[in-house]
Amino acid sequence: MNAEEDFFQVKNLQVHFPVRGGVFKKAIGACKAVDGVSFSISKGQTVGLVGESGCGKSTLAKSIVQLVKPTAGELFFKGRLLVPGEGLTEYRKSVQMVFQDPAESLNSRMTVGAMVQEPMDIHRIGDKGGRLKRVERLLEQVGLPASSARRYPFEFSGGQRQRIGIARALALNPEFLVLDEPVSALDVSVQSQVLNLLMSLQQDLGLSYLLIAHDLAVVKHISDIIAVMYLGKMVEMGPSSEIYLNPRHAYTQALLSAIPIPDPSLKREKLIIPGDIPSPINPPEGCAYGHRVSATNYQESIQVESVWKKVGVDHWVLECPCCVSPL
Amino acid sequence: MKDQIAKPLLSVRDLSVSFSTDEGEVTALDRVDFDVFSGKTVGLVGESGCGKSVTAYSIMRLLPKPIGKVISGKVNFDGIDLLNLSPEKMREVRGNQIGMIFQEPMNALNPVQKIGAQLSEVFNIHKNITDHQAWLSSIEMLDAVGIPSPENRVHEYPHQLSGGMRQRVVIAMALACQPKLIIADEPTTALDVTVQAQILDLLKNLQKKSGSSILLITHDLGVIAETCDEVCVMYAGRIVEKGSTRKIFAQPKHLYTQDLLDSIPRLDGTPKKILKTIEGIVPSLLDLNNGCRFGPRSGREHTEAQLSERSPMREVSEGHWVEACPVCVEL
Repeated sequence: MNAEEDFFQVKNLQVHFPVRGGVFKKAIGACKAVDGVSFSISKGQTVGLVGESGCGKSTLAKSIVQLVKPTAGELFFKGRLLVPGEGLTEYRKSVQMVFQDPAESLNSRMTVGAMVQEPMDIHRIGDKGGRLKRVERLLEQVGLPASSARRYPFEFSGGQRQRIGIARALALNPEFLVLDEPVSALDVSVQSQVLNLLMSLQQDLGLSYLLIAHDLAVVKHISDIIAVMYLGKMVEMGPSSEIYLNPRHAYTQALLSAIPIPDPSLKREKLIIPGDIPSPINPPEGCAYGHRVSATNYQESIQVESVWKKVGVDHWVLECPCCVSPL
Repeated sequence: MKDQIAKPLLSVRDLSVSFSTDEGEVTALDRVDFDVFSGKTVGLVGESGCGKSVTAYSIMRLLPKPIGKVISGKVNFDGIDLLNLSPEKMREVRGNQIGMIFQEPMNALNPVQKIGAQLSEVFNIHKNITDHQAWLSSIEMLDAVGIPSPENRVHEYPHQLSGGMRQRVVIAMALACQPKLIIADEPTTALDVTVQAQILDLLKNLQKKSGSSILLITHDLGVIAETCDEVCVMYAGRIVEKGSTRKIFAQPKHLYTQDLLDSIPRLDGTPKKILKTIEGIVPSLLDLNNGCRFGPRSGREHTEAQLSERSPMREVSEGHWVEACPVCVEL
């Protein structure tokens, strides 16, 4: 692996939440929200993470920015292993997060300027005058007038609020942004404005993105790599065009087929996945997806350990006797 | 076409609705006009605040009182003038002849009542049957919307079901009396794509069986393309373009429709291409101009007169109507 690929790496990450019960609230089980996920992101690259709600996307994002403590696994940033308590401040400067709902992630009683400035105050960057200047520059960078700094979040529309959230995330000159559903709360016409902004910021600042979204069309549009998660596990990962044209895992195929396409002349056979994603507290034995769709070879998957297998250039799939057909 | 000779099941004519707010009277709907024919699915599409849901609530006479009121227009459903019906008669129509599916199934269901009791209520109110029969019909309905082991599910509470299952229960309630018209207000917006596909498939199948009409409200153009026969594109309280789904998607005439279609990323599109954007935001209902409402955002020069005087709807091809602003529409 060269230095480029070593930019950000996750190895066998697990986040388990204890399930408590009984008189003394002892842990009687575990909710395996993220169950052994490994991937890497190169400098300047966008990795799109998709999956249904409850598959562990957001927990993975939160554990990357250290808002949730991983149970096991390793995070490497620029080749250095992240040790809890050591160099975390530096890490947090470089890895920032943009949240889903801009209305809820902004403090309604702080001015926009104070919010964008806060990260610089905490990390003691620059002097007062310098910080104020930087706030204005950041706001202009995300397409808002510098005068917005004196106003409050309620004075802005949804799209503008999301721009404020992005400006705040950029305040510390990060190299890596974790974007958790940044456009799902926005209207279609505003969504494209924010997506364009994200793409141009990436070009200008050389940022890397981990983009979480449930809209596969959005993910495919701006990602270099698409990763598909199902019930805490990564089931497939590869270059976005490859995932789109040649999906190998049955779940990826069904997910792609479920997306409504805005073209009424297109007639296609839909693969309808029955049922819901199972609970991560009590997952089925073997392949969780095969269990949901009652795949013919499901029984076989209970006996074999599923492994991550390379099926093309940078294209990986979680091998499984019922969901991945051999080449 | 035969459809045009036949009488529509639902016809909404020049419907205008206003809300009184602290800042003054606002017009939420401005002369909205469309038909829904028997057995067809008509989509209302637009961004938030364009009046999609207000249209549905006006038809159902569920506008919040006393702040919302219909100021002009007619709603004719199957020969009944809905807007002039007495409240008692309207209650007989609601849930019986017109069923409604709400966006957020958790809010549409009563959290402290069993599923079976909530479903039976529909039968108890509209059908003259015993409680036991109503209970059995509820089980049947749950089975019809694809809920496994319905005889156990009737005893459960909404919180025990997943989002998709709850939406199925809401659909079962809306369809319980076999209504002629189903109004679905963003029925899949709160759901995952995979569950959305299940629900849309279910609605299509139920419609095929019962022959009822659907008025589908959504902001997702993909959902419209896959389910609707006709579509009305709304902007700032008005329908700016309407016609068959094929025509609107193949040859959108209004600049707003064109921009809206161009601004969504597509699965088969060029990756990382800069997307078409519409400048600014959906206008606030408080300061709407009377003429072309898309004018200020269109990026094209409009004259004073074009912004202050509304252009008439014009039929550009059979059944395809557009608000003929000379700047936004090339005729």
